[in-house]
Amino acid sequence: MAIVEATGIHKHFGALHVLKGVDLVVQEKELVFVIGPSGSGKSTLLRCLNRLEEPSGGAIIVDGVDMLSPRTDINKARQRIGMVFQSFNLYPHMTALGNVTLALRKVLGLPKAEAEKRGQAALDRVHLADRAGHFPGQLSGGQQQRVAIARAIALEPRVMLFDEPTSALDPELVGGVLEAMRELRQDGMTMVVVSHEMAFARAAADRVVFMADGAIVEQGTPDEVFGNPQHERTKAFIGQIGRH
Amino acid sequence: MTWDDFVLAFFSWQIVSEAWPILWDGLQRTILMSIMVVPLGFLGGTILALLSTVHNPWVRWPAAVWTDVFRALPPLVLLIFLYAGVPFTGLEISAWGAVAIGFFLNTGSYYGEILRAGIESVPRGQQEAARSTGLTRWQTMRWIVLPQAFRNVLPDLISNTLEVVKLTSIASVVALPELLFQARQAQSVTYNATPIVAAAVIYFILLWPMVRVLSRLENKALAGRR
Amino acid sequence: MTNWERFVDSFFNARVAAEYFPKIVEGFWLTIVLAACIIVTGLAAGLGLAVIRAFGLRVVNLLIIFVVDLFRALPPLVIIALLYFGLPAAGLSMDGFVCAWIALAAVLMAFSEEIFWAGITAVPKGQWEAARSTGLGFLQTLGYVVLPQALRMTIPPLTNRTIAITKGTALASVVAVPDILGAANAGVSFSFNPTPLTMGAAAYLVLFLPVVIFGRWVETRFAWKR
Repeated sequence: MAIVEATGIHKHFGALHVLKGVDLVVQEKELVFVIGPSGSGKSTLLRCLNRLEEPSGGAIIVDGVDMLSPRTDINKARQRIGMVFQSFNLYPHMTALGNVTLALRKVLGLPKAEAEKRGQAALDRVHLADRAGHFPGQLSGGQQQRVAIARAIALEPRVMLFDEPTSALDPELVGGVLEAMRELRQDGMTMVVVSHEMAFARAAADRVVFMADGAIVEQGTPDEVFGNPQHERTKAFIGQIGRH
Repeated sequence: MTWDDFVLAFFSWQIVSEAWPILWDGLQRTILMSIMVVPLGFLGGTILALLSTVHNPWVRWPAAVWTDVFRALPPLVLLIFLYAGVPFTGLEISAWGAVAIGFFLNTGSYYGEILRAGIESVPRGQQEAARSTGLTRWQTMRWIVLPQAFRNVLPDLISNTLEVVKLTSIASVVALPELLFQARQAQSVTYNATPIVAAAVIYFILLWPMVRVLSRLENKALAGRR
Repeated sequence: MTNWERFVDSFFNARVAAEYFPKIVEGFWLTIVLAACIIVTGLAAGLGLAVIRAFGLRVVNLLIIFVVDLFRALPPLVIIALLYFGLPAAGLSMDGFVCAWIALAAVLMAFSEEIFWAGITAVPKGQWEAARSTGLGFLQTLGYVVLPQALRMTIPPLTNRTIAITKGTALASVVAVPDILGAANAGVSFSFNPTPLTMGAAAYLVLFLPVVIFGRWVETRFAWKR
């Protein structure tokens, strides 16, 4: 069953045409990895899926809900779509637990005790139960990003979007975040990941999508895309990554 | 009250043209006063800021107390004290003299506080680097610290200058015939509100560009600090 | 009388001081009440305007910017004069207290709107996006995520601006409000001795010196760190 069905997505920023009719279908429990050179539109595509960016054209169905319909309650729809950002975006004035429980209380309307129980459980899933009372400024970058993951999964979303979740981290902190993502995947979470972590893509992705110039150039299993790329641009990109 | 009555009472062109000579006279004096008190306050501020960098506590503390006292005293109180209080001792002070002294004390403290913050915003490494090349303490201050300090607090300096120009309107209370005073005179003679409205419009036209520039600068400063 | 005796007799005359002390105390409380009214309404209105501005409605925002610029550019005394001496021409007479309150609250509204708005825009865009991605609505995001961070950033400039504008309460004496300065002025003209002015100045120092020092403390305590 398809959780995400995006068809013919276009996005213009003024004169700039950054998405040129992209189709992306993500099946339940699938982990789709989106790669491509910077400026290829992969982050924009991700941000269109929960309408942080307003697509200029196309259709997006997430878990049976038409995201672009004016009748859709966008705040309600976004509860089913978790998002993790490159720069964590934790609320600096709230503790880790406060970050995780805010939406539980204000969006789902859970009572405080109930929200904190669920929030604590979410922090436990990213192995940060003991950091619940810490403020973001007191946590390492890797811990902050794991709190951000907990904030998203606490709402029990149907799909998780990761927008370069490890790009802002020091190399030694990347592992913990990837581990949390791996565990999430084992629990059967549907995930769309924009990232440059190619080793992680090879090991964990069901499908790799290569984008360039606002369009999907090719896609397939990690073995197909990394081992035997068909398109010139893919070859060039993979070759470049390999040399690093 | 009909619309026509309203326009006649507040926006009468005829009253404006009649009152214009006296308003113009007041405007000139407001500008003259601004040209006088801004450099005066700036001078006082620079002295206070420099005193606050001196290591000797017997210099630094009186400067800090002085600054706080004159920041705590409303300028109008200071002005009336000078104009209406001091002459009881037999020492006559003209309205202009009272304005000059009062603004020197009041705005000097404000400029001083701003400049002090500016000097403190320059990293110590700058002074150390300058001194390591053999510049004296004073040369370091003059050529390295102060230029950076001025730039760092430029929005605050402009903001304070705007406040000082606006503050000149309190001179009307001690019968110095500046713009507001003259507008009040014209209003009481004509028994029509138009002269005060005209004065407000003149102030706005005069100061709006400054407000715009300031608003830009402040937003930029805040964005840079996040 | 020696000069010194004359000085003491003028500014520190015990008999006059005893006579006018109760009046000054009354003025002291009136100044506090006026200041409290100005602070509460001015800050509330400023925050309200900043929140409305966050909705990003073009025409509304241009209007807000104009109103803010207007009250930043006009000297408070000019606004007070306009309300007190001008409005009666439209058949609307308000007493001096109300005029001073409205005028200074409008000025504080303008300055605080600018500061609140700068604080709101200084909160990184990612904060909005993170909150919205979890399903929080616009107002929820503003209320729970953005404003708490923005307000913290605005505390130092807001404190200092509020103090500066609150000191403007002395302007109310110009429109016959018996605040500290009003009471002191009246005392001087009745007793023909400036001691009430000395007491008035002392009263202002008692009131504002702690506030100024508090503002200084706030500035270091809430420096722009996150």
